[in-house]
Amino acid sequence: MKEAAASFYQSINPKASTDIAERAKLSEIDASMKWPGLLFIVSGVLWLMAGTILAIIASIKMTNPDFLSAWEWMTFGRVRTAHLNAMAFGWGSNAVFAVGLWIMARLCRARIRHVGILFIAGCFWNIAVTVGVIGILRGDMLHAEWLEMPTYITPLIALSYGMIGIWGIIAFRFRQTDYIYVSQWYILAALFWLPWLYTIAQVLMFFEPSRGTVQSLTNWWFAHNVLGLWFTPIAVAAAYYFIPKVLGVPIHSYYLSVIGFWSLALFYNWAGVHHLIGGPIPAWLISAGIVASVMMVIPVVVTAINHHMTVVGHFKKVWMSPTLRFVVFGAVNYTLVSLLGSAMALRSVNEVTHFTHFTVGHAHHGMYAFFTMLMFGSIYYIMPRLLHREWPSATLIRVHFWTCAIGVLIMIVALHVGGWIQGLQMNDAGNYPDFIDIVRNTIPWLHARSISGFLITIGHIAFAINFFWMTWLELGRRDPEGRPTLFISPEDAR
Amino acid sequence: MNNLPFLFCGIFLTLALSWVGLILVPDLFQIGQLDRTTSELIRPDTEEPIPGLTYRDDDGNLQYGVPNPDEELFPRFFGGKARRGKEHYVSMGCLYCHSQQVRRRGFGADYDRGWGDRQSVARDYILQERVMLGTSRTGPDLKDIGSRMPDESWHHLHLYNPQITSEGSNMPPYPFLYETRPIPDDGPSPDALSLPAEFAVDEGYEVVPTRRARELVAYLLELRLDYDLPEVRRAEN
Repeated sequence: MKEAAASFYQSINPKASTDIAERAKLSEIDASMKWPGLLFIVSGVLWLMAGTILAIIASIKMTNPDFLSAWEWMTFGRVRTAHLNAMAFGWGSNAVFAVGLWIMARLCRARIRHVGILFIAGCFWNIAVTVGVIGILRGDMLHAEWLEMPTYITPLIALSYGMIGIWGIIAFRFRQTDYIYVSQWYILAALFWLPWLYTIAQVLMFFEPSRGTVQSLTNWWFAHNVLGLWFTPIAVAAAYYFIPKVLGVPIHSYYLSVIGFWSLALFYNWAGVHHLIGGPIPAWLISAGIVASVMMVIPVVVTAINHHMTVVGHFKKVWMSPTLRFVVFGAVNYTLVSLLGSAMALRSVNEVTHFTHFTVGHAHHGMYAFFTMLMFGSIYYIMPRLLHREWPSATLIRVHFWTCAIGVLIMIVALHVGGWIQGLQMNDAGNYPDFIDIVRNTIPWLHARSISGFLITIGHIAFAINFFWMTWLELGRRDPEGRPTLFISPEDAR
Repeated sequence: MNNLPFLFCGIFLTLALSWVGLILVPDLFQIGQLDRTTSELIRPDTEEPIPGLTYRDDDGNLQYGVPNPDEELFPRFFGGKARRGKEHYVSMGCLYCHSQQVRRRGFGADYDRGWGDRQSVARDYILQERVMLGTSRTGPDLKDIGSRMPDESWHHLHLYNPQITSEGSNMPPYPFLYETRPIPDDGPSPDALSLPAEFAVDEGYEVVPTRRARELVAYLLELRLDYDLPEVRRAEN
């Protein structure tokens, strides 16, 4: 990476650069992304808060079913689903648009033009998701997991996505550089993959429903790929961008990144069938899904080597930088969640974990501990460059990191252990003939999950305070020497 | 990796491959070819019943059996009431805690728990416009709930408040599917819920199912695996 700065301190300092011309160019690109970038991040943070409230309600309902039970809009099936869609299409996709397009524009050295169109498309995307989530709560939801938003918003989602995603592709087409960095492959691929997945899934699930369990195959082809080919590539691209960028060192190996990209593209999209192991679909498809899931070890290990070997030797810097603390936490969890996921696809393991809270824990491991933490890290880097202001409080960032990191780890452990026990008991009809006993035995683990949810909520509130303090009150720290907000000052760290 | 056509083709082909493999092939050649059929197939030439789907003709060639024209075809169609009930099942999000699939004997304990007398197969779902196999069993599987719990009033009590029938369950109650109203002058309604003392409503009031509750229960009672298919029999499961 040419733009990698000479030292760590310079690299995290938005105002410092060894090359003024280069710096000016990047600044111009950042300026072009200011309004759409802010729109996506602000909406993302608002969705994050809405999704968190829905999550807490759903989590309490799992242990106290009478909580808010008289109100139809708040019944568990709807709140849980509204939470998922708010997080995936509200928070997650807005973060993807901001982080993906910003990194793409920077790496292409291409200013985003016609930002007005991008901005309006972003507004429509958020209107569509709002209508969709309200639609779920009022009972218009559909029967396919991850695709519950009612069909009346499908055209708006598709159209606004098209007008957002196209700018990443335009930036790439008119790039001003001779080289292409690995992050660009991932972002470009994700921008192509999502509309394809979404269109096929919408048509074959709702508009022209396919026959019988082909629907289930389509459902999981979409639902697994929206993680693997939409959220994952952007988060991996962000890790590939920010780790070397902030550390000021090159990525460990170019060749490994090539292998990692193509093996992910080849194997991930077959893996979704592992959600149907034992189900009424042709056995060869299940076997193909298991093979692909296990083959995912290749891209994961390769990417892990590349990310973690770049970090080795720089732990002090990682600890000092808000961006890197979150990004490295996410990258480490990408390795863990993916290896666990491959193991879960094995028939003998799946026999226990399938249908249990283990799967729910795994989903949060991937979407939160990996994806969301990486997006937090990215936002900590991007916001000062969009606003030319620093984060007001390092303490709030510290609270955000620790509550979310500890919270999500408690959630993962509780749901994995509780889910595993639940699975063993469900498969042991001799000792646990009464299903209700198994349900009762999961309750303590679900309480632990609610506690983890409260911790995460505290973290999100800290993040939101810091974020809106910086964005709207314009009280963001303006250090006269332009020093960035760090956990430890560089002088102390030396 | 600056070879752009290669990059584009790769991005396109990898997803195309999985789309063809996971969706088009089963749709065109396997699941999409399935039709309703009788529990037992017959040889078209001799009209003798055959075990399974295929038989060897006199020349030793493998042939497909045909449905017996005198017998009922499975799976059955649902009535209109149950169809509307299914819409409520979707809109309440029942599928996030209840699966609708019975796995084969020996894989998990679906069979031992009495969740079905046979495994469910692809043909069981071909008439459904909305297939909900489910991926969670916070509650038990419902593929055969209509055979297991044929009692309509049990379902109404359970939906009104699961604690009445399953104490300690974390299933949400659905009081908004029931109406609490004064008992009419000509005596309690025939479909009023017979609530146990600790769940009783005020004196002079009764709880009756709304239209939606009746439709939802009609749907649940239609969920039955009480027929054989040539590819899977209850007795030989």
